[in-house]
Amino acid sequence: MKSDIFKIANKKFESRLIVGTGKYKNMKECAKAIKISGAEIVTVAVRRVNILDKSKPILMDYIDPKKIMYLPNTAGCFTSKDALRTLRLAREIGGWKIVKLEVLGDKKNLFPDMIETLKSTEVLTKEGFKVMVYCNDDPLMCKRLENSGASAIMPLAAPIGSGLGIQNKTNIKILRYQTKVPLIIDAGIGQASDAVEAMEIGCDAVLINTAIAKAKNPFQMAEAMKYAVISGRKSFLSGRIAPNLQGSPSTTKKGII
Amino acid sequence: MNKKNKIKIVVNGKLLTVNIKFSLKNLIEKLKTPINKVAIELNEEIIDKKKLNKIFLKNKDKIEIVHFIGGG
Repeated sequence: MKSDIFKIANKKFESRLIVGTGKYKNMKECAKAIKISGAEIVTVAVRRVNILDKSKPILMDYIDPKKIMYLPNTAGCFTSKDALRTLRLAREIGGWKIVKLEVLGDKKNLFPDMIETLKSTEVLTKEGFKVMVYCNDDPLMCKRLENSGASAIMPLAAPIGSGLGIQNKTNIKILRYQTKVPLIIDAGIGQASDAVEAMEIGCDAVLINTAIAKAKNPFQMAEAMKYAVISGRKSFLSGRIAPNLQGSPSTTKKGII
Repeated sequence: MNKKNKIKIVVNGKLLTVNIKFSLKNLIEKLKTPINKVAIELNEEIIDKKKLNKIFLKNKDKIEIVHFIGGG
């Protein structure tokens, strides 16, 4: 069978599941869930080092950035200025150029501020970043992001952490049709079937954090998501049968008694 | 203690008192920060980690030391 490689900014990946590293009980649990999920890319946030308590565990001690690609994000940023500052710092930590931009606009629903997001994408692209952009599912704004040099378009399925699944399938389908760079569902996945649905629409990957981290059994859910993404992808590639309102018997009438 | 020989700096929001002629490298060593896992800002400007020993801190300098943590 032809291999099905997922590419972002010319980097190749086999797994189409990107996993967030937030909200886990502890880093050990996070590392184990990531391993089970088979993810090759994980999102990470930039925060102050605790200068008073050196005993606090460090993410890099649990998840080796040489083995799993860190995708620095701008979680918690509400302005372009903060997002740019965060990603420039992330790059300085160790040369990270592929980043996830997320500029939030509303503290309650966490919808992205698309004006600030677009501005930031333009600046970051000029600075040589490969920007994967968390965005709304509006085809016009997504097109503008793509035209500004975004390396991946990452529309939300539903609000971050809501677990509501894909709310606007039509928009995601339109996005699939128009988007030339990788299209990744980011935020709002709740269960495995949501991930399957995203992949069956033809999305290139999905990004999941809360649905795994906050599941009663995060390890089992990590596994479920792994297979959901594989399953949805294969289903998409296989060319489904046309939906038909009439029945069509699975067994031939020939030889019926 | 002679206060003239001391300066006050703010590191990650915490007030610290250090000697004059204290470099960023001295600070990183004092805090036992793993340098290859962090980025450093001095008064909102990113610092090249190779030049830490050449940068001496001044009174009221604001330093941010950041690293990666779990996030979605």
